[in-house]
Amino acid sequence: MKARSARRATRPILYGLMIGMAVFYLLPVYVLLITGLKSFAEVDLQRMWALPTGIHFENFALAYEKLAPHLWNSMRLVIPAALISSMIGSLNGYVFSKWKIRYSNLIFALLLFGMFIPYQAVIIPLVLFMERLGLRGSITGLILVHVVYGIAITSLIFRNYYAGVPTEVLEAGRMDGAGFWGLYRYVVFPLSIPAFVVVLIWQFTQAYNDFLFAVVLTGNRTWPVTVALNNLAGSQIVQWNVQMAGALLTALPTLLVYILLGRYFLRGLMAGALKG
Amino acid sequence: MTAIPAAAGTRSTTGPAHPARRPSRDQWTAIAVVLPSIIATAIFVYGFIGWTLRVSLSNWTGLLPDYSFAGLRQYLDLARDARFAIDIRNTGIFTVLFLTSCLAIGLFLAILLDQRLRGENLFRSIFLFPMAISFIVTGVAWRWLMNAATGSRISGLNLLFHQLGLDPLINEWHLTDPPWGIAFIVLPAVWQMSGFTMALYLGGLRAISDDLREAARVDGANEFQTYRYILLPLLRPITLSAVIILGHISLKIFDLIVAISQNNIALDVPAVYMWRTTFDGNNYGKGAAIGILMLITVAVLIVPYLVYSMRSEAEL
Repeated sequence: MKARSARRATRPILYGLMIGMAVFYLLPVYVLLITGLKSFAEVDLQRMWALPTGIHFENFALAYEKLAPHLWNSMRLVIPAALISSMIGSLNGYVFSKWKIRYSNLIFALLLFGMFIPYQAVIIPLVLFMERLGLRGSITGLILVHVVYGIAITSLIFRNYYAGVPTEVLEAGRMDGAGFWGLYRYVVFPLSIPAFVVVLIWQFTQAYNDFLFAVVLTGNRTWPVTVALNNLAGSQIVQWNVQMAGALLTALPTLLVYILLGRYFLRGLMAGALKG
Repeated sequence: MTAIPAAAGTRSTTGPAHPARRPSRDQWTAIAVVLPSIIATAIFVYGFIGWTLRVSLSNWTGLLPDYSFAGLRQYLDLARDARFAIDIRNTGIFTVLFLTSCLAIGLFLAILLDQRLRGENLFRSIFLFPMAISFIVTGVAWRWLMNAATGSRISGLNLLFHQLGLDPLINEWHLTDPPWGIAFIVLPAVWQMSGFTMALYLGGLRAISDDLREAARVDGANEFQTYRYILLPLLRPITLSAVIILGHISLKIFDLIVAISQNNIALDVPAVYMWRTTFDGNNYGKGAAIGILMLITVAVLIVPYLVYSMRSEAEL
């Protein structure tokens, strides 16, 4: 009883702490939002924290004008990359969890190492290689790169997911005469929807937020939005308010995915720590 | 129909139950399915690392490739390079502060959320959403928040401090004299990544059975003692995972620095130097050497962790 009343007394403090922390996390969003909504006349660095007097979309309109082609590039990059990655990951995960292949553990560990390397250790050959293939500067080339360097994480997420599918289910399918593809098509694949959601979200976010590959492998016509935003921010001509609006626009697609499907996003995050 | 799909959890390759047997047709199919991934990784990861290593041992310092063997020249040059010394110092300061802050704040938030307060889901989402955002976006937003202007041009967080009467907190942020400017870049980095440690710790706390907490309470332990002596020791493996994952992110930190520092050498790190010297300066030999050094540093952290993870999994 004493413990319970003590708990009740500490509740307000706990809520206070939690709200205080929430303010810290939301502060940048607040600034991005109110700055974006001000009219050009009201924008003033010295009044950064003041609420806008009305709702104006001038900043967003200007930022959108500058970023739109690159947002579009990002979509053309990210959607195919996520789809292809998830198909490959699913098949690899199926093999590595349900089929006995010699040295499969060693092979899998060697694949996984690829997800931790600093890309600075491969980027020079990568650029030379893509140049030789005639893919440097193209979105197609960047899709290929995200798919290849995504093999490790996507296979890992599917493999851990399939480890939870009981072997008996597969054996029953086998009794009915299903082979490798039959088992995948009729048993494993239909069970995979949650893992596909996790992987699609993960690869979408990764490829969308990438900067390093994009900045060395694309040109000003094919820049995805992260590179375009960084250039916008480095420009002396573009006003800070437009930069802020641009930052919010750039954040929007992944933020929406997070708000709608946060649970699945979290699972991808945990998989990255090898925590199934 | 000889081969049976391996049972989950018995993935040991040395299992004596199936003595060396020729793979069935389905097993050949399985091998064929993963083969493209294996080949792609062999080329894009291991092949390219070998190629980078070769470039790092060459005299290639201009636009045209020059693979003539230079031994360790590039590495020795780096050892004497003042900018690279700044990079290492910055990475050191950044890594230590970033790790300790993320662990402390993550644990704090996880314990807060573990109190089963109302609105838990909402708060958890708020602490975690920055992880979904690009480091470039974070950098752009925080560059304006950490505006160092003073006097009548005061703005950003400094302005907020001034308006709240917290003037002693006003500072120059990342433009503080070296070496401490880099310490302020930890702030946006922690803003973005601390939710990750929170999620790891919260997952760990939730996995501990309520019986254990109940038992501690019955033994007369108060809330603090329960955490201090029962729960936190059980979270140690999670701390290890977090240190390794955040540590390797910290050693590779790149986009955030690019977006905030805008070419300020005082805030340079190896990843940024590598990028600039290779793709702006055409100094491929030096860039490759930095890449290889980064790889070695990360591998020292990651390889034992991978081996440990795979092993403990095989024992399940």
